[in-house]
Amino acid sequence: MILGIDVGGTHTDAVLLEDYKVKKKTKVLTNQRHLVSSLLGVMDEILRDENPEALERVVFSTTISTTAIVQGKTDRVGMIVTSGPGLTPQDLPVNEDTRFVSGYMSNRGIEVAPIKKGEIDEALSALKGAGIEHLGIVGKFSTRNPAHEHEIGKLAQDGFRHVSLGHRMSGNLNFRRRIATTYLNASIFDLYTRFVGEIVDFASRTGLKAPIYILKADGGTFEIRQSADQPVQTILSGPAASIMGILSLADCSGSDAIAMDMGGTTTDIALLADGVPLLEPLGVTIEGHKTLIRGMKTRSIGLGGDSRVRVDKEEICIGPRREGPAAAFGGPYPTPTDAMIVLGLTQIGEKARAEAAVAEIAGKMKMSVEKAAQAIFEKTCQGVASAVTSMIEEINNKPVYTIHELLEGKKLRPSRLFIVGGPAEAVAPRLGEILGCEVVIPRNAEVANAFGAALARTTAEITLIAETERGSLTIAEEGIQMKIPVHFTRKDILRIGLEKLRERAAKLGAREADIQTEIVEDQEFNMVRGFYSTGKNIRLKAQVKPGLIVGFGKGGPRS
Amino acid sequence: MKRLKKTGLIFFPAFDWAISPTHPEREERLLYTQDQVFEEGLLDFENIVEYKPGLATVEDINRIHICVPDARSVITESHLISAGGAITAAQKVLSGEVDNAFALVRPPGHHAMRVVHGARGFCNINIEAVMIEHLRRKYGYKRVAIIDTDCHHGDGTQDIYWHDPDTLCISIHQDGRTLYPGSGFPDEFGGPNALGTTINVPLPPQTSDEGFLHVLEELILPMIDEFKPDLIINSAGQDNHYTDPITNMRFSAQGYARLNERLKPDIAVLEGGYSIEGALPYVNVGIILAMAGLDYSHVREPDYNPESIRQSEDITRYIREVTKDVMDLWKKRHTFKAEIVKDAKYARRNRNIYYDTDGIREQQEEIVRICNDCGGFIAINSMASTGKRVYAVIIPSRSCDLCRLEGEKQFWSVDKAKLGAHYLILQDRDRDVYIVK
Repeated sequence: MILGIDVGGTHTDAVLLEDYKVKKKTKVLTNQRHLVSSLLGVMDEILRDENPEALERVVFSTTISTTAIVQGKTDRVGMIVTSGPGLTPQDLPVNEDTRFVSGYMSNRGIEVAPIKKGEIDEALSALKGAGIEHLGIVGKFSTRNPAHEHEIGKLAQDGFRHVSLGHRMSGNLNFRRRIATTYLNASIFDLYTRFVGEIVDFASRTGLKAPIYILKADGGTFEIRQSADQPVQTILSGPAASIMGILSLADCSGSDAIAMDMGGTTTDIALLADGVPLLEPLGVTIEGHKTLIRGMKTRSIGLGGDSRVRVDKEEICIGPRREGPAAAFGGPYPTPTDAMIVLGLTQIGEKARAEAAVAEIAGKMKMSVEKAAQAIFEKTCQGVASAVTSMIEEINNKPVYTIHELLEGKKLRPSRLFIVGGPAEAVAPRLGEILGCEVVIPRNAEVANAFGAALARTTAEITLIAETERGSLTIAEEGIQMKIPVHFTRKDILRIGLEKLRERAAKLGAREADIQTEIVEDQEFNMVRGFYSTGKNIRLKAQVKPGLIVGFGKGGPRS
Repeated sequence: MKRLKKTGLIFFPAFDWAISPTHPEREERLLYTQDQVFEEGLLDFENIVEYKPGLATVEDINRIHICVPDARSVITESHLISAGGAITAAQKVLSGEVDNAFALVRPPGHHAMRVVHGARGFCNINIEAVMIEHLRRKYGYKRVAIIDTDCHHGDGTQDIYWHDPDTLCISIHQDGRTLYPGSGFPDEFGGPNALGTTINVPLPPQTSDEGFLHVLEELILPMIDEFKPDLIINSAGQDNHYTDPITNMRFSAQGYARLNERLKPDIAVLEGGYSIEGALPYVNVGIILAMAGLDYSHVREPDYNPESIRQSEDITRYIREVTKDVMDLWKKRHTFKAEIVKDAKYARRNRNIYYDTDGIREQQEEIVRICNDCGGFIAINSMASTGKRVYAVIIPSRSCDLCRLEGEKQFWSVDKAKLGAHYLILQDRDRDVYIVK
């Protein structure tokens, strides 16, 4: 049995799967104040009369980190930053608890200026003196050489509840995002650790021995104890759950596709390239914090079934606000849902109310009620479709850096549209027509998020740079620097990279069968100084990409 | 508080293209620049937008070059992309999408002359000229100032615009007596119909920020003020840097940033610059910040020490003199024509051109019609050591009726066999027509 629970902003869904079939499903309102208790309540309920020994895995997707950041319920964090030359501090995302200290690494990870112990001790005691208990340490180019972060971390060993090191957040370059990400990680550390503690307690109280996973922003999972150090990886896992849900409920492989969740207030759009969700290239943004956290590339537009429809300058305007439910359900204003009811595309609510509301628009537009309903419906579909089109265009226009990619690069051309959410059935045919896609409305869509969480595999990334001139190999995410021989080659980096990736994925909780590795970046440069080759600069990035655990790849479980 | 500008960035490092594995123009060239730009997070700034380069076309090349035997044969895809990147930069500026743009592309182009038999100075086609003629065709005629800040004389750009009174080419570079291509002296002042729209300021080796900025303030900016271009283009070579392995100057990232802040180019296009690790990452970050109106005051190279690269008093004095001499010449530019031309109807130039990268020698005779109404039609007779011989007639943009008439007559009457030419070409820049006979 597999248990998946998605704690969303409004609802908490749970599904229990057995032999690829839905055994039980439940949906309750989320108690935002006592998130953990509502989560454990659902778990209690769905596992009642079940043998906990029979559980193979439990996966949670939770909004705990996201909510804390959005509501500002985070801890104060002191930051020690080695910035070196470059942008001025005022162009860095730092707060008043940030101390800049000496020390600087070049883009190759060569130390240009050392750190100064005296400065750091002084900064640390100032932060402690201010009552700060959480610390973030970030260096420019620390993913190329983490030595300074390690050294400062050692000096900060005592007196802080937790220290987050920048290079651990991601192997990618981006100092500003590294600062923001490290800050967020430290700021939700306590809250998240308590959450992990309560779940682990619950598990041991109830004799639950199955591994427990948490869903990350990229739609992958990691084992709960491994997640404790990296709470920031769990931000914005909501959209990830819903996309993984679509992946698990329908067969998305074989061609490019659009995944859409049309709700009352917004429509969320994501794109799948041959069944794999597209990710934000640099990282997700939360509350204005641009992070290095890999997450789903989603676009949310203020256009849903309950968006308010009005007439402005003789034109029908829809959204971006929802001012209540549809008129057919007693809401104050006409909505696209009302138009769909008038057109007979759906048989919900009170048709008379819907007609009265649309009539108001029809009057202002000097057209029949039927025509007005048609116009509202068409405008809704066109609005959603144009958001999809511009998102595809943006992706296809993404800059590339080799001639090969520029001339031969793959373009995203979705041929299917997967759609879930309230108005899905009503809008699907027309949207399919406009976008030129076959439309699929998956079954069991009401618990899609829990489904997605239940079946998401563990993801991992690894970034390596070898420089044969210096005889060094850096593994960014692991903070490792090792010696390599001068005759080190691309073959060697591939071997080591894939081996380290497997180790990392296994450590994060992946089952052997689910570790499907993929090379993301593979480049080799001759380094020439003067007019002679001095060595090679070899770069490798590999990943276990988001997807479903083995056995669930095609068409999802039967229900 | 500085005013932020919306800056377009076309970054194309061509990580899969090199002239040869150890050539300065190789895959590694923009690797550390990419790392620095990414690590500084410059693409996250709301006012810095990255665009994918478009592809230039053979028509774009034929608008400005006479390629022998044809455009396709003298270029690779990478040239179409780097010229295309420059064109994309220009399009974004002229469409008003951005305030200015920087095409950080390779390979470079400023040594490519009008006639192209092969590569010289690592350049096959002149990416700025291809860009300028593309935008003149698509967005209407523009007066353009090209400020070539590469350490090497921009002899290709100079050759292309030698007879064009609407394009001001100012090249500042290390003195040709000490560096490739060995040209670029103040007396190279433009053709008889365009005197003073070619300006050369040779600078002595070891010129530092102070010297470059002196020329900028005392010569370049006043000339631009007077010329009143619609567009300013920085042909932004970065080999004046104090760490460059093939030159001898002492310019710094701070100096480059300051230069671009003051020059305010609409479009900057990367040219040379081969200190790929010690200079380019910092110079490029400095230029991008300066163009975007962001604070660049903390940008500096790992080994930057302004004291150790300060220029000597002698150099300062020398540069003041050169600047003044060239300025004096510029002020008198309108008086030279009568003196030089006298009553001649045509002016002739005979040159030997060496293509160092491809090892080709070219003998070229160029005749221009003396004209007071347009740039004058041009006839070129060129023979290369490859054995290929080409005869070309060029009718300038906005040509006068007489130059058109004479040019066309020349093209249609000339005897290919008698000339021994393999190719007979008419480049009608006014009507955007390219005919090979």
